Amino acid sequence: MEKVKVAIIGTGNIGTDLMLKLERSETLQLTALIGIDPDSDGVKRAKERGYKTFTDGLEDFLKMNESLAEIFFDATSAKAHVRHAKLLKAEGKQVLDLTPAARGPFVVPTVNLGEHLDAENINLITCGGQATIPMVHAVNRVCSVDYAEIVATISSKSAGPGTRANIDEFTQTTSLGIEKVGGAKKGKAIIILNPAEPPILMRDTVYALVEEGAMDEDKVRESIKEMEASVQSYVPGYHLRTEPIIEGNRVTVFIEVEGAGDYLPKYSGNLDIMTAAAVKVAEEFAKKKLNGHQ
Amino acid sequence: MTKSRDITITEVALRDGSHAIGHQYTLEQVTAVSKALDEANVPYIEVSHGDGLGGSSQQFGTSLTDEMKLIEAAVSVSKQAKVAVLLLPGVGTMKDLRQAADIGAKMARVATHVTEADVSPQHINLAKELGMETVGFLMMSHMAPVAKLVEQAKLMESYGADTVYVVDSAGALLPYEVRERIRAMRQELTVNIGFHGHNNLSLAMANTLVAIEEGATRIDGSIRCLGAGAGNTQTEVLIAVLERMGLNTGVDLYKMMDLAENIVAPILKKPQEIAKDSLVMGYAGVYSSFLLHAQRAAKQFDIDSRDILIELGKRKVVGGQEDMIIDVASEIAKRQKIVNA
Repeated sequence: MEKVKVAIIGTGNIGTDLMLKLERSETLQLTALIGIDPDSDGVKRAKERGYKTFTDGLEDFLKMNESLAEIFFDATSAKAHVRHAKLLKAEGKQVLDLTPAARGPFVVPTVNLGEHLDAENINLITCGGQATIPMVHAVNRVCSVDYAEIVATISSKSAGPGTRANIDEFTQTTSLGIEKVGGAKKGKAIIILNPAEPPILMRDTVYALVEEGAMDEDKVRESIKEMEASVQSYVPGYHLRTEPIIEGNRVTVFIEVEGAGDYLPKYSGNLDIMTAAAVKVAEEFAKKKLNGHQ
Repeated sequence: MTKSRDITITEVALRDGSHAIGHQYTLEQVTAVSKALDEANVPYIEVSHGDGLGGSSQQFGTSLTDEMKLIEAAVSVSKQAKVAVLLLPGVGTMKDLRQAADIGAKMARVATHVTEADVSPQHINLAKELGMETVGFLMMSHMAPVAKLVEQAKLMESYGADTVYVVDSAGALLPYEVRERIRAMRQELTVNIGFHGHNNLSLAMANTLVAIEEGATRIDGSIRCLGAGAGNTQTEVLIAVLERMGLNTGVDLYKMMDLAENIVAPILKKPQEIAKDSLVMGYAGVYSSFLLHAQRAAKQFDIDSRDILIELGKRKVVGGQEDMIIDVASEIAKRQKIVNA
C-alpha cells in the first residue's frame, strides 16, 4: 500500500515515542527526525533505525528536503511551534501541533476529525483533553450538556518541566476544548500531580451536568460504552475504571489510561494518548491525500 | 499602642472552615466574622473556597456564594486586617488571582503538594507583580522526608515567596516531626517560616508550639477549630496560650472569645470534635478535606468510612483527589459483596 511521508520535529520523549508508534502505521512512512540536540537519545535511536536526522532545526531541513515529508508532527514547545507553523504554511505542508500553542483548530479524533481533514494546522489540545473530551461528547450527543468538569490526575514523573511551569495553560486550554469540541456550554478542568511510587496510571474523572429533565440513562450509558471502544481503537490502554454513576442530572465517568509502553513508560498514559491521537489524525490525513490522488 | 507582634496569626476559618460546612458560607456570615476579627486586631483573614480560588466544582463541592463576593465583603469591613486568598495551581488560575487582587486581597498563599513546588512559580510571580505579599504553602508535609521538604521550600523561596509554610494537611505530624522540619527549614531559609496544623490527632496546639519554639513566626489558626477534618489550631485558645508564654500576637483575647461564642459557634451545625473519621485521617495521613466526602461515600455504598480513609492513606492519595473516594468506596463495596456472598 502506498504511504504518505511524515517527519517529526522534536527529538525528546514525545518525538521518540511518535517514532516508535509510526513504525506500526500502514499509511504513514516516517522519513526524518528534526531537532536541535544531536546528543539526544531520540536522535541516536532514529539513526540506529535508519531515519534521516537533522539537528539544525526545521529551517535547515526545509531548505534542502522539501520532498521528504508531507505531514509534520510538532513535539517541541508552544513558542517554537509558532515559528514552525509559519514555515510549514509557506511550504504548503500539514502539521499536527502537540504543543499548547493552539494555532489551528482543536481536534479530538473520535469527535471532530472529519471536519478538519484538509486543515494545514491542527492542535491536539492537552492530554487531559484527549482523555476526557470524548466522554463529554458521548454524553452531549444524547443529552445536552450544560456543564462539564474534568479532573486529570497524573503521576508526577510524567509531568515535564514545560507542563509544570505553565500549569494554567493546561487548565485553560482543556476547559476551552471541553466547550468547543466536547460541546458543553461551560467547561472546567483541574489537574492533580501525584508523586506516589511506583507511579500511578493516568486517571481522569468527567462530571457532566445535563440539561434539566434531559437525562436518558440508558442512552447515556450506551453512548459512553461506544465511545470507550472508539478511543480504544487507537489507545488500547484506555478504559472505564467502573460503571458511570448517574445521579439526577449528573453523570460521572471514571477513566484510566495505561500507555502502550513504546518509548514512554506505561504510567505515562497522559503522554501516550497524545502521541496515539496524533498518529490517528495523521493517518486520516494520509488516507484523504491518498484517495485524492486516485 | 501596638507593639510589634512576636507571632503573626492568619485566621483560616473563612477558608479552611469552608470544608466543614460544605462550602455554604453566606455573605452575612463572612461579613460578620471578618468585621469581628478585624476589630480583635487579627492581622490576616483568609477567604476563599476551601480548595482555594476556583475550587467551587463538582470535584470539591460548589460554593453557595461566589467566593469573589465573599472576599469583597471581607475587604469591605477590614480596617486594619489584610485579606488573604489561597490558590492551588492546577485548580485556580492566574486569572482568578488577578480578580482577587483587583477587589482588594493583599496576600496570596500558593499551595502545592509537598513534592510539587515547581508548579507554583507563575502564580507566586504574578502575586508579586500585583503587589501582594506571597506565601508558599507546602501541603501534606508529612508525606516527604525532611530533606525533600527543605528542597521544595527553597524552591518556593527562590520564586519569591515571603514566607514558606509547613502544612500538616492530614493532621498526621507528631511534635518531634514538626520540630525536625521547622528546624531544618530555619537553618536553610532566610524568609519567614509558617505552620498550619490540623487537630485530627489532638496535636494541633502542641505542634504549633513546637513550630514556634523552632522559629516559625507565621501561624494559622481557626476560631472554634472551624476547619477541615477535626479543624485547625483553635485561634482564640492559641492567643491565650501565647499570651501566657509572653508572646505578643497583638490580638485581643476577650474579643476573640466573644466572637467565637457569639458569631462563629452558631455557624457550626455541631461543635468540631475529634470523631472516629477525623481521628483515622490523622492516623492514616489522609487529606483532612476528604472528611465529608468519605462520609457521604460510606453511606452511598453502605460501608465503614474508616475503611475508605485507611485505603486512601495506603494508596498515598494527595490533596485534590476527591474523585478517588468514590472509586475506592466502590471497590471496597464490591470486595465486601464477594466476601459476604
